[in-house]
Parts: sequence; C-alpha cells; structure tokens
Amino acid sequence: MPLLEIKNLTVSFDTAAGPFMAVQGIDLSIEPREVLAIVGESGSGKSVAMLAVMGLLPNTATVKADRMAFDGIDLLELGPSERRKIVGKDISMIFQEPIASLNPCFTAGFQIEEVLRFHMGMDRAQRRARAVELMKLVGIADPEERLNSFPHQMSGGQCQRVMIAIAIACNPKLLIADEPTTALDVTIQKQILDLLVGLQAKYGMGLIMITHNMGVVAETADRVIVQYKGRKMEEADVLSLFEQPKSNYTRALLSALPENAVGDRLPTISDMLFEPAPSVAGTEPATGAAS
Amino acid sequence: MSATVLEGKNIVRDYHVGGGLFRPSRTVHAVKGVSFSVDKGKTLAIVGESGCGKSTLARIITLIDPATSGELFIDGNKVDIAKDGLTKEMRRKVQIVFQNPYGSLNPRQKIGDVLGEPLLINTDKPADERRDLAMKMLKKVGLGPEHYNRYPHMFSGGQRQRIAIARALMLNPSLLVLDEPVSALDLSVQAQVLNLLADLQDEFELTYVFISHDLSVVRYIADDVMVMYFGEAVEYGSRDTVFADPKHNYTKTLFAATPRADVASIKARLAKKKAA
Repeated sequence: MPLLEIKNLTVSFDTAAGPFMAVQGIDLSIEPREVLAIVGESGSGKSVAMLAVMGLLPNTATVKADRMAFDGIDLLELGPSERRKIVGKDISMIFQEPIASLNPCFTAGFQIEEVLRFHMGMDRAQRRARAVELMKLVGIADPEERLNSFPHQMSGGQCQRVMIAIAIACNPKLLIADEPTTALDVTIQKQILDLLVGLQAKYGMGLIMITHNMGVVAETADRVIVQYKGRKMEEADVLSLFEQPKSNYTRALLSALPENAVGDRLPTISDMLFEPAPSVAGTEPATGAAS
Repeated sequence: MSATVLEGKNIVRDYHVGGGLFRPSRTVHAVKGVSFSVDKGKTLAIVGESGCGKSTLARIITLIDPATSGELFIDGNKVDIAKDGLTKEMRRKVQIVFQNPYGSLNPRQKIGDVLGEPLLINTDKPADERRDLAMKMLKKVGLGPEHYNRYPHMFSGGQRQRIAIARALMLNPSLLVLDEPVSALDLSVQAQVLNLLADLQDEFELTYVFISHDLSVVRYIADDVMVMYFGEAVEYGSRDTVFADPKHNYTKTLFAATPRADVASIKARLAKKKAA
C-alpha cells in the first residue's frame, strides 16, 4: 500500500479575477522508504500540492481530489482536530526559510519540546532527554547549550537542523522537505542533504523533496515528478529522467543548467517550449537531449 | 582591448564592533589584503560562502565603502573615497546590481522613473531625452515601452532583475558589479538573465565583477575566478586553471559540495545506496 496516494488533485484560489488554478489534476503516490522529488519552477504548484496534503492552505483555497489518502486514512474526510493529530506527527514538513519558520520568541529547546508535549504526551524530563537526543542526531554541537539558544543566535544551517529535529521528533512516516536548502550555502547544503537522506534511510521514512535545483534531485531522489504550471509533465525514476527525458519541458530544464551549456548561450525554457515541438511530449524517445 | 579597468592592491577592510559596558570593543577583519585586476570586457568571479567578505569587497569596488588600507585603481586612476570623496564621473563609471530584485526597487516608483533617476541626478539632460533613453534601455534588456508606466510589483523576479540591470546601465558604466544577480531566480529565468548579461557585455564591452556562490554559474560566465575564505583570497587564477586544478583545501571542499547533475554521478550514488 502506498504511504501517500493522491489522485486528480486540484487546488484553486479565489481571486478578484475569478478562480486561479494552482494545481490541475496531479496524481502522486509514494511508497514507504522512498525518496520522491518534485521539481518545478516557482508557480508550478509544487508547494501548494503538498500544503494541501498538510491542510495548511488558507481559506481562499478550494481543494478537490478523487482520492487523497495517507497510510490508509482518507485525508479529505478528516476534520481539523483529527488532522492535527496526524500533521506534525506522522507527516511533517520542513520549510524553505529556516530562520523565518522558527518562532523568534522561543528557544530552540522549547520549540522541539512543544511537539513532544503535544503529540507524545511526554513529561518534562523525558522531553528534555529526547530533545538533547534529537539535537545530537541532527548534528548540532553542544546540544544542551544550544537548546537554550534563540533562533537569532544561530546560523541558517543550524536553524535548518533545528527544523529537521522538530520534524523528525515523533518519528514521522513521511517527511516533506520544501526547498530545504535553497537559502543555504553550497557547503551547508551538502551537509543538510546528507543529513536528510541519512535520516530517511535510518528510520525508513518516506521523503518528498520539493526543489527547483536539478543538482539536488540528482543527489537525493529515487523517483522524480516534473511539474509545470500546475500540471505533471513527467514522472520517471531518477536515472531515466536524466538519461532520457521524455517531455520537452524536462529537456529544457536540463539544458538550462549552466554546466550543460554548449557554446556561448544558455538555452532557455521559452526557446524550447514555444518553438514548433517535434512531437507531443512523451511519445518520442529523447534525441539530442542534454547529457 | 587589454586595458585594465579595475585593479586592487592589498585591499583591507576592518569593521570596529563597539564594546558595551562589560564588553571590550574589537575589530573584525572582513577583507584581509586582497589583490586582483580585471581587463576590459572580461569577467572576474568572486566565489565564497556567506560571511567570507565577498559582499564587503563588492561595496569597496562599487565605491560605497572606503577600504581601510590598500589601493584601488579604476581605469588606471587611483581612487580613495575616504580622502578625496567621489566625483560624478566616478559614480557613473561603476554600477552595481544587487541580489534581491524585490528589495532593490522602490515599490512606489514607476519603472520609467527608476530608469530616469540616475540621469536626473548625474546629468543635466532634459526630461524628454531622459524618457527616450529609458525607453531604449527597456528594449535592450528585453522589456517593452508598455512597461514604462508600471510599478515594480507588477513584474516577476526575472523582469525585476532586468530592470535593476537596466538601471545600472543607464549611465554607460565601464564596470558593473553583480552581487549574486541570479541566486534568487528560477533555473530557466536564471538562464535568460545570464544570456542577457553576456549579450550586454558584448555590446557595450562591459567589465563584470560577478559575485556568486554557485560554481556552475561561475564556470559558465567567468574569465577569472577568485575564491575567498574568511576574508582572504585563497585561490585566484583563470577559470580553467582553478576548475581543473584547485589548490586550496577550501576550493576542493566547495567543488565536492556542489551537487552534480550528470548521469555518471547518479549511477554511482544509486550503486552506493544499493550496497548499503
């Protein structure tokens, strides 16, 4: 049974100019212990789809789906209080801006222990012990000291580690990472990615990586979904996506990587999408694709 | 063609952090004696992680902040803004494009005014001439005359970065400092902006100082590369020598940390995972 199964998900937002469709009919499933990457540019609906799963969208959003189930539980039927028991415990999420997503008024320790108090019902001593254990697990030096630090006293990489500690505090079955390394330096990015993939393997979590960085996809994913303007363009395992991208859009994304530049100019997405396409996406084997 | 536009000799910048009642004041050495030179029409890339002093160096080159010691030459003339101040001519020659296109444009200023302002302050061109020049520049950077009367919030990130580039080019600078101009942009938009920068460099024979932490972008755009680490230039050389044969440990770490998107490295990773 898939860990998370979504069929025909549509999310629309009410705007002054009528409904705006952010996600248009996405199918998605992830097995336990799998790393799935969702790739797309800003506005492709990749974050919105995952926020719909978490139930974190604002009131202006309308979520429709034929099926949206997590571990056999139908998320569409779920009331707010039942959903709160799952979100943060069995499914948890890491966001893009680590410093902005922590509460500046509370210490790192308080924010980690908050999850443990709410979901696990641990007493004070147990919570403290678990928080120290988690801080060690995510690779923060002097965990006892750092538990008393406020977010502004830590670097971006350390804040992201605290976010990860909060997210894995209750041993979730599914971890959703929304651009976890975009705001970080390359050397820190490497450490955080290694940490996430290491934790995923150690605890057998499902991991959904939302990113626009093809390098991150290549370094972490088992399977990849490429999204563009709220639609799924392609779904493939990571090796065949890079070896033989089927859709024009994926090919365009790959060739826009500066390291794949041939000659003086970088091909851009619009060069590729608006020229008369040689065939409908997905029907023709890739020829001359970026390697 | 090989005239040196920008040269820095042993540039140092210290910041004094004031002490409090119980804390002694101390000095932070942000840039510790960096030397470089860039020829006309070439691109020098400065690479390093946050806090390594690359943006401080950018501010010194752009003549925003003075260097604590060291000599800076622009077009062969020695510039010391701490002593001599800054002339309009110098201000015209060096321009900067900042990282965040959302923060560097005034939300209450129309694009036409954004582009006209450098001319209004630094030249005595009449209004209709300023308007014509702004229209021309809009076209150069791939926008249209219909964008003249719009506000920044009506534009996407890539378009705003184009506007920031257009504003920097209004005074015909010879040196353009680009402080992480594409790191806030999507992959495909990043490609468009990099193409635009390459085109403009060819057209106006611009000299770029390109600051970035993304090695794949640097490899694409740079002629020379300088790697900074804790205020020092640990590696400086032509792009090919730095990329082919990194000498310093930090440069090697940086290369190892950059995610690789080629089939061979994916295969290696999957094989490793299976074995584990």
